Amino acid sequence: MIWSWIPGNADRILALLVEHLRLALIPIVAGLVLSVPLGWLANRYPLARAILVPAAGVLYTIPSLTLFVVLPGILGTRILSEINIIVALTIYTVALLVRTIADALAAVPGLVIAAATAMGYRPARRFLDIELPLAIPVLVAGLRVATVSSISLVSVGALIGVGGLGEFFTEGFQLQFPTEIIVGVALIVLLALAGDAVLLVIGRILTPWNRQAAGGGT
Amino acid sequence: MNLFVQVVEWFLDPAHWSGTRGVPARLADHLAYTAQALLIAAVIAIPLGAWIGHTRRGGFLVVGAANGLRALPELGLLTLLVGFVGIGLLPLTIALVVLSVPPLLAGTYAGVRNADPAVIDAARGMGMREHEVLAKVELPIAVPLIIGGLRTATLQVIATATIGAYIGLSGLGRFLLDGLARNDYTQMAAGAVLVAALALVVEGLLGALQRLIVSPGLRTAPARGRAPRQAPVVAGGIAS
Repeated sequence: MIWSWIPGNADRILALLVEHLRLALIPIVAGLVLSVPLGWLANRYPLARAILVPAAGVLYTIPSLTLFVVLPGILGTRILSEINIIVALTIYTVALLVRTIADALAAVPGLVIAAATAMGYRPARRFLDIELPLAIPVLVAGLRVATVSSISLVSVGALIGVGGLGEFFTEGFQLQFPTEIIVGVALIVLLALAGDAVLLVIGRILTPWNRQAAGGGT
Repeated sequence: MNLFVQVVEWFLDPAHWSGTRGVPARLADHLAYTAQALLIAAVIAIPLGAWIGHTRRGGFLVVGAANGLRALPELGLLTLLVGFVGIGLLPLTIALVVLSVPPLLAGTYAGVRNADPAVIDAARGMGMREHEVLAKVELPIAVPLIIGGLRTATLQVIATATIGAYIGLSGLGRFLLDGLARNDYTQMAAGAVLVAALALVVEGLLGALQRLIVSPGLRTAPARGRAPRQAPVVAGGIAS
C-alpha cells in the first residue's frame, strides 16, 4: 500500500467516484419508478403476477457481464456507452423490486383497505395514501439490497471499459499496483454502506408509526 | 435480426465445438470452477451456519457477513488476490468462495434457527441428544432454506466465474472477453447466450432438486396474494 498515491491522484479518484455514483444511482431511481406500477399490476391481477414475477426471476439470473455485453446489440448503442451499464442495472433493480413490491402490497391487511374504501378513498388515492406507505418497510428492504448490489456491480463494467471505480481494478491489475485496487475496493464498499445507511434513515423517516415498535429490525 | 442469424451460424460452426477453445471444453471448465468453489463454500458455511443456528450464538456474525460481503466488488477482490497469491485458479476460487459463503451461511442459519421450538422440545423429550436434534430434526427442516441459499450462491458463482477470463483462465467468460478484444460481436453474443442459458438450466435443476428432497411434511404451500394472513397454519393436517 503506497499511501502517497492517494493525494497525488485525488482528482481522478473523485472523478471516478462521481462517475461510479452516477452509474449506480440512475438505475436505482429508474428501477424504482418502473417497478412501482409493475408491482401494483402484479398484486392487482393474478395473470400479471403469473407473467411478471417469473419474468423478473429469469432476468435476475442473467449474469451482469453477459447483460453488459449483449445490450449494445439490442439497444443499438456502442459497447463503450454508459447506457448499457445503466440499462442493465435498471433491469436488475426492476427484477428485484417487482416481486418485493407485489408481496409488500399483498401484505397490507384487508381490513385497512376496507376501512380506507369505507372512508371514501377512491382506488388511486387509496393506493398512494394508504397501500404504498404501508408497503414502505418491505420496499426499503428490497431497495437496500438493490442499491448495495448495484454499487458493487458497476465495477464489472470496467471489463468493457465503463466502470467508474472499477477502472482502478483493471488498471491496478495491468500495472501490478495493488494500492489502486485497494483504494477502489475500499471506496466501493464505503459507497455501498453509505447508500445502505441513507436508505435505512429514509425508511425510518417515512414510517414514523413503526418507531413505537421497539427493537423492530428489518 | 442480422445479429441473431450470425449467432445461430456461430453455434452451427463445428469449429466452435472442438478443442480446448471450443464450447464443450470451456463449459466444462466453467462448471468445474463453479463446483469447486461451491463445494468449499458448503464445507465451510453449512456446518458453521448449523452450529450458530443450533446454539443461537453469534447470529449477528451471519447477518453482518451476509450484508457486508454483498458490497464487496468481486472484480476488485479477484485482481487484488492475484497480487497476493499469483495468477491461476487459486485467486478465482478464493473470490468465488467469499462470494458464496454468505448466502449459504445465511440460509443454513435461518433454516435451523426457524425450526419450531415445540418440535425441538419434542425431539429432546424423546431422548435425542443435541447432535441428534441438529442432524435428525433441525437440518431436515432447514433443507428448503439451505437449498435456497445454494441457489443464490450457485447463480452468483456462475455469473462471476466469467471474470476468471480476465486473469487468463478458461470458462465461458473467454468468449465474452476474447470477443471484446477482437471486436467480434457475434462471439460475445454467443458467449452471453451460453452463460445465460447455463444459469437458467442450473437454476431449473436446483429447483427440481429442492422439490425432490424436501420432506413432504414441510411442503405446505406458502400463503400467496390476498389470502388472509391470520389464517392458522395447521401443520401435518392435525387440527388444533
